[in-house]
Amino acid sequence: MSDPLVIGNRSFDSRLMVGTGKYKDLDETQAAIKASGAQIVTFALRRINIGQEKDQPNLLDYISPKEYTMLPNTAGCYNATDAVRTCQIARELLDGHDFVKLEVLGDTKTLFPNVIETLKAAEILVKDNFKVLVYTTDDPIMAKQLEEIGCVAIMPLAAPIGSGLGIQNRYHIRFIIENAKVPVIVDAGVGTASDAAIAMELGCDGVLMNTAIAEAKNPVLMARAMQYAIKAGRDAYLAGRMPKRPYASASSTTEGYFF
Amino acid sequence: MNIYINGQAQTHDLGLSVHGLVEKLELANKRYALELNQAILPRSLYAQTLLNEGDQIEIIHAVGGG
Repeated sequence: MSDPLVIGNRSFDSRLMVGTGKYKDLDETQAAIKASGAQIVTFALRRINIGQEKDQPNLLDYISPKEYTMLPNTAGCYNATDAVRTCQIARELLDGHDFVKLEVLGDTKTLFPNVIETLKAAEILVKDNFKVLVYTTDDPIMAKQLEEIGCVAIMPLAAPIGSGLGIQNRYHIRFIIENAKVPVIVDAGVGTASDAAIAMELGCDGVLMNTAIAEAKNPVLMARAMQYAIKAGRDAYLAGRMPKRPYASASSTTEGYFF
Repeated sequence: MNIYINGQAQTHDLGLSVHGLVEKLELANKRYALELNQAILPRSLYAQTLLNEGDQIEIIHAVGGG
């Protein structure tokens, strides 16, 4: 059954998106991402170490833009100006590639989004022809506004970045999905496979994660677990779950008793 | 002339182009994007762009992140 995830004008078979931070080394990054089956991979932008670069391998040597859809992010930006600048640098780095993950942070303790700066940056980037996948709070009103100004995917947090707490407010995520005409992708806060499956069962179009895989004792195995969880959760959502009821309902027929 | 590369002051000869600078920095086959005084400088302009006293250059590449 074909069930692609469509973002902007691109279509993907995998609904799992992964980050590239916190791995032991680039070999582990590459192996885990391969095991995840993800097609969209996010990364950050930083200064080159002048004078120390000559023999240093780069992330893009291990995760090829020919093989994956790269999603440069604005991690570490605390205002719209820095975020927009980072996206423009990313577009030059990737020869005009227009997908960006916009995140504008509010404080270092929670890494919650600053939604006012996020909205400002998103407006500028959309006008500049970027395809903006936007990290935001699980606030349904803000999610709708970001969609209305032209973001191609809304990415509400499940819980703080790197917290591994899972979805803290399923109702808010549901409201966002109900209102959205663009894909809703839970970004941040997933801790283990069941968290990812719950997001998909709620009707999310995908999940983006980094720490849950990179900080697992065995990242490659966890990456595979996440691939299964996303698929299982998606199938369960499409299948339509049974209703919950407070009392039992016998699975064996109550007719034909011989006792 | 003095220029600033990723925040570090360096002294180079007048007349150096951006192309010449990245060659000197041994970045020939690396993937990066370059800003000159906070504006993106497309790769196609490296050869014709000459550096001036006090120029600020940022050389940015991809790193792991989520």
